[in-house]
Amino acid sequence: MIHAALVGQSSFLLWHAIPIVIGISLVYGATRHELMGHILYSAYRTALWILGFVAVIAVVLAVISWMV
Amino acid sequence: MAKQGSPRRSDDMVEIDLRNAGLAAFLAWLWPGAGHLYQRRYAKGILLMAVVLSMYFFGLFLGQGHVVYASWTPTDKRWQYLCQLGTGLPALPALLQARRVFGEPKQPPLWNGFMAPPEQPVRPESPDELAEWHERLSYRFELGTLYTMIAGLLNILAIYDAYAGPFGANEEEEESDNSDKDSDS
Repeated sequence: MIHAALVGQSSFLLWHAIPIVIGISLVYGATRHELMGHILYSAYRTALWILGFVAVIAVVLAVISWMV
Repeated sequence: MAKQGSPRRSDDMVEIDLRNAGLAAFLAWLWPGAGHLYQRRYAKGILLMAVVLSMYFFGLFLGQGHVVYASWTPTDKRWQYLCQLGTGLPALPALLQARRVFGEPKQPPLWNGFMAPPEQPVRPESPDELAEWHERLSYRFELGTLYTMIAGLLNILAIYDAYAGPFGANEEEEESDNSDKDSDS
């Protein structure tokens, strides 16, 4: 019961990462490019990269947690 | 580094007039996006303003106005404010509030304590106003701090962009100059 509640709260907190990822990607793209199309494409790629990186870390931590 | 006011060419091959780059950087710090608007880079200015300010004010909203405050006492060194200060004017009321709370003569904070430091002294081992904020706001205090810090740090990137143009524009320019010289010879 407590475990389910903790997992529920963790997943709720994870949603707060979405605006941060979008914000960082857009500003990073804006500091690399000048045209809006290039900025948005760069932001899209950066967001995918960040999410992929976070997903890999999450999987590694999950595996370690499962093994211990 | 670009000369002030000299046109720059970004990797999108767009000529950028940085106008007075120092003034643009100051305006970019003072109000996110303002430096780009001064340089007539309107789309980018509006984008940066929207992103940085929405992150900053969302964080401030999450923390109910308590996550941005200036304090450098032995028991409460609010180093996060150094990052938040990157957003410029929106973070400056915290300095005014700190001046009222810590200055001589001491005065009560304005605006119902908005951006004011917690009631002094802050005692790590016993209940105080800072502990009460943490308890009442729970994770929203940390998240609000995080959002406002990231907004400030992102604006530092924007300030650099206002001062020197997009990252990598120098190398692109030099490479294209070199290739022009090679083709001439």
